[in-house]
Amino acid sequence: MKSTLILLTCLAGLVAILPLCAQQVEHKTNSQAPPAQVKQASSPTDTGQGERAFKQNCARCHDAPQGFSPRISGAVIRHMRVRASLSEQDERAILHFLNP
Amino acid sequence: MPVLESDESKIMLIAEATRHSLARCAIPALLAFCMASIGSAAQDGQGQNVPLISGGVGFVTSTNGGNTTYIPVISPVLAAPIGSHVLVESRAIILDPFSPKGGGKTGYNGNLFLGLTYLQADLLASRHVTVVAGEFLTPFATYNERLSPIWIGNFQDAPLTFGVGTMETASSVGGMLRGSAFATDHVSADYAVYFSAASTNQQFTAERASGGRGSLYFPTAHLEVGASYGRQLQNVHENFEGFHVWWEPPSTALRLRSEYARGAHADGYWVEADYRLSRFNGGESFVGRFEPVFRMQQTFRSQPDSNDGLPSANTQQADFGLDYRLPHEVRINTSYSREFSSTGNRNIWQTGIVYRFLFPTWRGK
Repeated sequence: MKSTLILLTCLAGLVAILPLCAQQVEHKTNSQAPPAQVKQASSPTDTGQGERAFKQNCARCHDAPQGFSPRISGAVIRHMRVRASLSEQDERAILHFLNP
Repeated sequence: MPVLESDESKIMLIAEATRHSLARCAIPALLAFCMASIGSAAQDGQGQNVPLISGGVGFVTSTNGGNTTYIPVISPVLAAPIGSHVLVESRAIILDPFSPKGGGKTGYNGNLFLGLTYLQADLLASRHVTVVAGEFLTPFATYNERLSPIWIGNFQDAPLTFGVGTMETASSVGGMLRGSAFATDHVSADYAVYFSAASTNQQFTAERASGGRGSLYFPTAHLEVGASYGRQLQNVHENFEGFHVWWEPPSTALRLRSEYARGAHADGYWVEADYRLSRFNGGESFVGRFEPVFRMQQTFRSQPDSNDGLPSANTQQADFGLDYRLPHEVRINTSYSREFSSTGNRNIWQTGIVYRFLFPTWRGK
């Protein structure tokens, strides 16, 4: 009886935790974390615009780098401007996204 | 240039296409723009324009019709901003393919290859125009510019139509104008037009040619359509036409890419589909790191031409791949291909592991 109670308690805890874990996984899946180190908070609108621009221009060919120094973000975005023929607006948005 | 024995590997195709050895001209040029960039970065003081070194290093095996080739490869990229409007960038490839001698002999045959893929200076002239000078990747269709890096392409080998429109060398020496023509919330357009001079220089081989590419991208539908044109202006003047369609159906992890290319003596197409399993349990899970890939290719030969890089007879090829993304920018590629041709059917097995790197050229404050 006692073991059944413990088992039920564990199952209830698992049921409670799983959605939270799933939400975290979903959050990780859906949001494209900026590769460069984040220095300061930026507005969600700017980040969303940059994320969208990154997905539309860069991620169609390759994944985002898992991380790189913000000191090369200027070189990265200039390379991508040439390679992907970025518009000026997208260039700014992606630069902000990579290096907020 | 060393003669490469097998023709199936993308790396070897690109190596054959570049046909340039890193030698006396290239190394001083690279050093020069590095020095210029060092001065420039020190002057702007913003710390955001430090030159970068990127690229991929990998090891690939390819078994084509029973013959196995092992290919260690490194493909570094150097990008150095100078001031606020100039970028000098270059990509090289160093590979040493080797294969068993066969015929009862022990040991391996190998050929070390060092080559520049491109070395170009980019001037950001205006919002819509970038002027490119030097040796650059020929802007025909999409594969050459977008998918040829070893850390990007889903398959180790290039499509069968890779040689069409890229003028054999896949690189041009001359000038190019490119950029974003316009961009709205509903559609954006980009373009590239170029002229290449004939060059027999060992370091920068190119054919006299001109051409360009234009494409439209519809963000809402995640759809890109484009067309390319190239004209060879030396020896026999020939035209090349290409069309491409890329589509990522919204709200799915499916990605479709396709190209059609036509030359004077042959034409062909490829269609590639990949599906990212990261939608299941996230991209960091065991299952989510897998990416199944499929590519269908077909080429049609109308007249013999030993120089266009396409098979000598009509060919159909189906490629089945499975990529696995390990942590820390490492990716494993595997694929099986079955090629059907009147000259003989064959199996192609390929595996590879590639590490992609990206870091500043020097430490900053």
